[in-house]
Amino acid sequence: MASNIRIGSDNRLINPNSDLIAELKLCAKLLTEKLQSDQFEDASVLIQSMVQTRDHHMFQSVGKLTRGLHNAIVNFHVDADLTKMPPQIADSDIHDASSRLNYVMQLTQNAADRTMDMVDEAAPIAANLGQEARVLRAEWARLKRREMSADEFRGFYDRMSDFLEQMEVGTERLNKSLQNIVLEQGFQDLTGQVLKRVIGLIGDVEKDLVQLVLLAGHVEEVAGIAAPTADDKEMKVLIEKRKHEAEGPQINKTRDNVVAGQDEVDDLLSSLGF
Amino acid sequence: MKILIVDDFSTMRRIIKNLLRDLGFTNTHEADDGVTALPMLKSGDFQFLVTDWNMPGMTGIDLLRAVRSDEKLATLPVLMVTAEAKRDQIIEAAQAGVNGYVVKPFTAQALKEKIEKIFERVG
Repeated sequence: MASNIRIGSDNRLINPNSDLIAELKLCAKLLTEKLQSDQFEDASVLIQSMVQTRDHHMFQSVGKLTRGLHNAIVNFHVDADLTKMPPQIADSDIHDASSRLNYVMQLTQNAADRTMDMVDEAAPIAANLGQEARVLRAEWARLKRREMSADEFRGFYDRMSDFLEQMEVGTERLNKSLQNIVLEQGFQDLTGQVLKRVIGLIGDVEKDLVQLVLLAGHVEEVAGIAAPTADDKEMKVLIEKRKHEAEGPQINKTRDNVVAGQDEVDDLLSSLGF
Repeated sequence: MKILIVDDFSTMRRIIKNLLRDLGFTNTHEADDGVTALPMLKSGDFQFLVTDWNMPGMTGIDLLRAVRSDEKLATLPVLMVTAEAKRDQIIEAAQAGVNGYVVKPFTAQALKEKIEKIFERVG
């Protein structure tokens, strides 16, 4: 598709419409001359040829756009059955990318679930050991101050022995849980690989789309269709809608009109009287 | 206190549930979007609602509006816990009558503070 955009010697893009414009300018000059010298038949022929040139150029541009679209579809590896409405897309890269992203979601979800399961399992063990240690420490202090009776000491003696056993079993389980939690983080590697591939695909799609928009722009220009501007009513509605649209986490925290964290949320809300 | 947690991701519901349990709130229930949450709120005597914003079906902001326009639920305290961080959205939530707004990712401390502040004010 890149062959449709010519690059001049000074590396600037050359507008493919420039040849047409030059030709039209030349014709216009001739037309003025003919009209001024009252050669109306010649003038009429000139107008006819100008319209033909413009139409021809437009058909060519539309042809380029169509080829561009075709290339884009081939490059995206969109395997679409265009005879069906809506087109059936089965084995395309885009379709593949969505299933890959679904896989990422599944993998992160599983890892989060299993990690939390292990924390849920480990937390009571740690809490119980801590609780028992606190009780025994108080008893130990009483023993040191010689405030313990012989009966109480026998109880304490057995409890201490139980605690040491609990400690051994408990810490072993805690260790195992911690190791499993570390192992669970392996999802980072797997999802990272998948995400890299999808990012690559998106980059390709974006490049091709930019080329398409450029081509479409030339067709619009020669056909006299104005491109939408920021002043358009529809654009304004769209911009206003975007302000309130849910879009998930902000990646670029320095973006205008976005808060950088909880502190800024609190400041904003308190400025509103919260 | 009976609390409803609304988020489309089960992981986030679980995190919030665990944090609430640590704060002493054990009677928590879950819903995955506004459509499932609203009938639960209408039929069950919930005293607090924690909701995400961006959810399929019915979003959190629409759920908030539905709650505020319902005669029975109008005064229910609502805490928004969301990744949505645009100023216009926070203002929109405030105007819709939210009681607190926590942006994800959040700390246990931030969640605790906001919840305590809400109950302090509601009484």
